[in-house]
Amino acid sequence: MKQLLVLSGKGGTGKTTFVSAFIKLADAHAYADCDVDAPNLHLLMGQGISPEETDYYGMPKAVIDAKLCIGCNKCKSSCRFDAIVVTNGYMVDHFACEGCGVCAAICPDGAVTMQPAIAGKLKLYRQQNKAFSTAQLKMGSGTSGKLVTEVKKAMNIKMQKQDFAILDGSPGIGCPVIASLSGVDFVLIVAEPSMSGISDMKRIIQTAKIMQTPMAVTINKYDTNLTKSEEIEGFCREEKIPFIGVVPFDKRAVEAINSGNTIVDIDCVSGRAVKEVYEKLIKIL
Amino acid sequence: MNIAVLSGKGGTGKTFVSVNLTAAAQNANYIDCDVEEPNGHLFFKPENISVEEIAVKLPLVDYKLCTGCRKCVDFCAFNALAYIGGKVKVFDEVCHSCGGCLLVCPEKAVSEKDKVIGRVERGQSKNVGVHTGILNTGEASGIPIIKNLLRDMKKDEQGLNIIDCPPGSSCIVMESIKDADYCILVAEPTIFGLHNLKMVYELVQLFSKPFGVVLNKCLKGKNPAEEFCINQNITILCKIVFDKMLGTENSNANIIVRENVEYNELFTSLLAKVHKEVQYETTPGA
Repeated sequence: MKQLLVLSGKGGTGKTTFVSAFIKLADAHAYADCDVDAPNLHLLMGQGISPEETDYYGMPKAVIDAKLCIGCNKCKSSCRFDAIVVTNGYMVDHFACEGCGVCAAICPDGAVTMQPAIAGKLKLYRQQNKAFSTAQLKMGSGTSGKLVTEVKKAMNIKMQKQDFAILDGSPGIGCPVIASLSGVDFVLIVAEPSMSGISDMKRIIQTAKIMQTPMAVTINKYDTNLTKSEEIEGFCREEKIPFIGVVPFDKRAVEAINSGNTIVDIDCVSGRAVKEVYEKLIKIL
Repeated sequence: MNIAVLSGKGGTGKTFVSVNLTAAAQNANYIDCDVEEPNGHLFFKPENISVEEIAVKLPLVDYKLCTGCRKCVDFCAFNALAYIGGKVKVFDEVCHSCGGCLLVCPEKAVSEKDKVIGRVERGQSKNVGVHTGILNTGEASGIPIIKNLLRDMKKDEQGLNIIDCPPGSSCIVMESIKDADYCILVAEPTIFGLHNLKMVYELVQLFSKPFGVVLNKCLKGKNPAEEFCINQNITILCKIVFDKMLGTENSNANIIVRENVEYNELFTSLLAKVHKEVQYETTPGA
């Protein structure tokens, strides 16, 4: 069993477009969307299926009992997250609270308790023997890394040993990305030929290296800036990172996505190019 | 005035809009809160850069004083401490720097050390003060860097500050929009763009922020994001048509308003529109 994760560093380079095409091409039975901040894969892969939903509890949140609070200010002065606010008495800003429990430990009057809080929803789409795991983080919540781990767990439980699993990642290089990287066998980086795209690609490559995950690079919309595309290819050569092809800009890709299809469901140039990238990828795997 | 630019989805054009909006202003600060992948500085190429390292506190255990009572291990809500082989071990990456372990240690065996997680760079590019937060690779959370950046903004409350937010709608985005007077949501014409627009729409409403939408990369044909705005009665600030020339200039990190009169006018009028919206919002009884 192999797990493939698709990342990009920069947002909007085409991770979900690639992942949805790969799922179709591989006839994958296990897949997941680890972009819990802004999930989109279900718009293509979850159509017509109602998911099993479970509440995700993140870190607990502090609650101050106004009847017991004497206003000593100890909680406020020890909170490192500026989560205690004084308006009509002492209150907790639930968005700022990270659930460390320092305020509850320091309160001399037992006025602060830590209470469980829902931080998102896990969703599992089942169809025949296919399992698609995704989630939606609650607005303004933290601990997205922990939710990513839960998404992967939910997929792994339903997975057969021999299954090839495909995971859609999130942009950036922080907590959710690091959580998605842990335990996967291979990362495909979808790069974009721009100054920003190259800078972000280098940062995600560094991150994958820190996590010691083998990787390959592909370029999406390569023809929007040929000079930058060459630069990316050159960089990969120097760094000895496998470079597995390019996909052109294609207005028909937008049409396919907007009608709920993957780009390999219709006959288009980007779909054909993605297929070639997929075939090279499978050889490496 | 503080304007935050956000989108939910990545790659819709947050940096493009915030860079050009700032450059179109007479005098303004560009504040890049996308600390995981900061890109605005690639466009502005600021000069006279000063660097401030950003550090967080991590626990440091004095093993001569530690009696192995494990109170710190039991207290840590983030499992950043473990008692292994008769010693307390700290897992730096998961520590939230809450200071709880110091507080509960009866032997005063825990102190703190600084760990640099990234930096803030401040420089100047013509009429623009460029403030960039950069998280080191391998680090989990850029929030301490964002907090530092936003302090810059408070120093210049009379001025115009434009905040380039990270993608998503999690705590890191919320932190970035907290002090904003107005939010610009940048949306692209796909069902992905629409889905993520709905999320940030919910977020700005949750925080009661006045806002408007910029429709970017508009193509001929259906625009799900535009339909949503019309149905929900959301202010559409402007529509930017997909333009190959613009795409190339942008991918080479050129600032289009400094080179092209038409785009200069587009962003100048966008800024004027936002100014008007904010005045309307802050006028009592309006």
